[in-house]
Amino acid sequence: MEQMEGAAHKRNGEGVFPYLTAAAAAGLLLLVGAIFLVVLWGAWPALKAFGPAFLFSTVWDPAADIYGAAPAILGTVITSLLALVLAGPLGVGTAIFLSEMAPPWLKKPVSFMVELLAAVPSVVYGVWGIFVLVPWMRTGPGLFLESRLGFLPFFQGPSIGVSVLTAGLVLTIMILPTIAAISREVMRAVPQDLREGMFALGATRWEMITRVVLPVSRTGISGALLLALGRAIGEAMAVTMVIGNANVIPRSLLAPAQTAASQVVNEFPEAFGLHLSSLLLLGLLLFIITLLINLTAVWLVYRTGQWSGGSGRPARLRVKGRVAGHA
Amino acid sequence: MPDKKWRQIKSIVPEAVCCLSALLAITVLFLILYYIFLRGAGVITPSFLTALPTPVGVPGGGIGNALLGSLVMVALGALLAVPCGVAAAVYLDQNPQSSLAAATRFAARVLSGVPSLIIGLFVFTLLVLRTGRYSALAGGIALAVMMLPVIVLTAEEMLRLVPNSWREASLALGASKKQTVLRLVLPAAAAGIAVGVMLAVALAAGQTAPVLLTALSSVFWPENLLQPTASLPVLIYTYAISPFTDWQQQAWGAALVLVVMVLLLNMTAQLFIAVRNRRG
Repeated sequence: MEQMEGAAHKRNGEGVFPYLTAAAAAGLLLLVGAIFLVVLWGAWPALKAFGPAFLFSTVWDPAADIYGAAPAILGTVITSLLALVLAGPLGVGTAIFLSEMAPPWLKKPVSFMVELLAAVPSVVYGVWGIFVLVPWMRTGPGLFLESRLGFLPFFQGPSIGVSVLTAGLVLTIMILPTIAAISREVMRAVPQDLREGMFALGATRWEMITRVVLPVSRTGISGALLLALGRAIGEAMAVTMVIGNANVIPRSLLAPAQTAASQVVNEFPEAFGLHLSSLLLLGLLLFIITLLINLTAVWLVYRTGQWSGGSGRPARLRVKGRVAGHA
Repeated sequence: MPDKKWRQIKSIVPEAVCCLSALLAITVLFLILYYIFLRGAGVITPSFLTALPTPVGVPGGGIGNALLGSLVMVALGALLAVPCGVAAAVYLDQNPQSSLAAATRFAARVLSGVPSLIIGLFVFTLLVLRTGRYSALAGGIALAVMMLPVIVLTAEEMLRLVPNSWREASLALGASKKQTVLRLVLPAAAAGIAVGVMLAVALAAGQTAPVLLTALSSVFWPENLLQPTASLPVLIYTYAISPFTDWQQQAWGAALVLVVMVLLLNMTAQLFIAVRNRRG
């Protein structure tokens, strides 16, 4: 197109059109910077008052106006890692099934349903969690873990339903489709010749999967796992509804706790002054951490050159779109 | 190889685990949908969809104002995000190699990974804290920020699908770049861009944290854009964590309404993509 652009066209009165579109593009860039700066501005008083000690202090006392984020940070780390450990194998397994094993007539409907799981709003997971999962955890698995494994420090009771474990389970369900959808796209991009080569050498399907498909798509799958971790860390509503919102360092997986996001949602309505600023500082921490994780993830998935979307959904559009464009 | 049989047997267990993972994922989806329909369907009546909420214990409360409030804020968000997003996508499509384009694409991806809570905090600090009031306007702006990256990324992809030969033909006929974009490229990609907008709307309609932090909630009908406004997700959240059984019942009903809306939008978009890809 650049070569097509003759002198006549330049004189043809493009007007402000190119500037408008460029401004819109630049605006998006400015927006990301603005989000960072505005939240930093709001968090500044707390940052000045507590400094790095904010990260390690366990005291969060609005009455005394002293704030420390250690319980929230620890709660965030535990719940999201728990979710990643549970959803990782399940998601990759689902992706393997969808990409390598499922008969063609089953592929589309199952992929479609996994996508729908990603589309369910987080507050709906919260409703389901609070009324179905929490009572079930209290009486079923929670009680079982408490009575059988209660001698282990991280399964100490009492099991009251709302807990770190319940929050981790809800997060598992929420990030499973992200992992499955992106991993499937990455696996699908593995060249067919490689698979056929393995089969020609006499490999079974599982040997082909473990020796060709998984190694080739390893980087992309790592990216998918990281994107999912970012989602889990930033998730607010569903976690708030099932974690019990106790502002303490969790002693056990069956105990209620708090994450950074849930603390913000919970305390935000009554907060002002330094309290509000401390919540914004928690938000800033979340922003920076999810930003770093997402940057790494996008870079990882990018490197494989198989995927270039920003989230699960556009990713599918993109990959499919490209195929359609070539046909 | 003599041990092929044994190797095939060894494959069975891990393959079965993969099948079970997929089965589990789908079971969870159905389990959630099952409970939402089971507990929510009984609540939904015409008056539930149109009435104002009532205080605890007073029967007949509905979600009318929350539905309207959500509609207003999502529409406002789309109104702000669609023109900006499509304009940015046009820039990306016209100058795919420029460094601004690379930076913008990068920013869009970063933005789509930013937790929605942070978007809420951003608009809260920028607008609510300054003006001292929660408003539908602030809620709409927060939702626009959520929708923007989805629209930019899908619209760019859809614009790229318009064959280059068409643009070259248009330019060869003497049309300006602007005319080519407005009269040829955008109309050709319109249906695809609409799918992107649908996905963005579905995403925005389910957002709780950004709306809670900017529009808060209200028990009245929204009268103008500058007052606190009820929305469906915030109502669901408030009712679900309340200790009152009639509110909890209504939370299930409202959740059913939200799920049906969001899933219908998503399914329509997915169907469109599937049909178009088949035509390829």
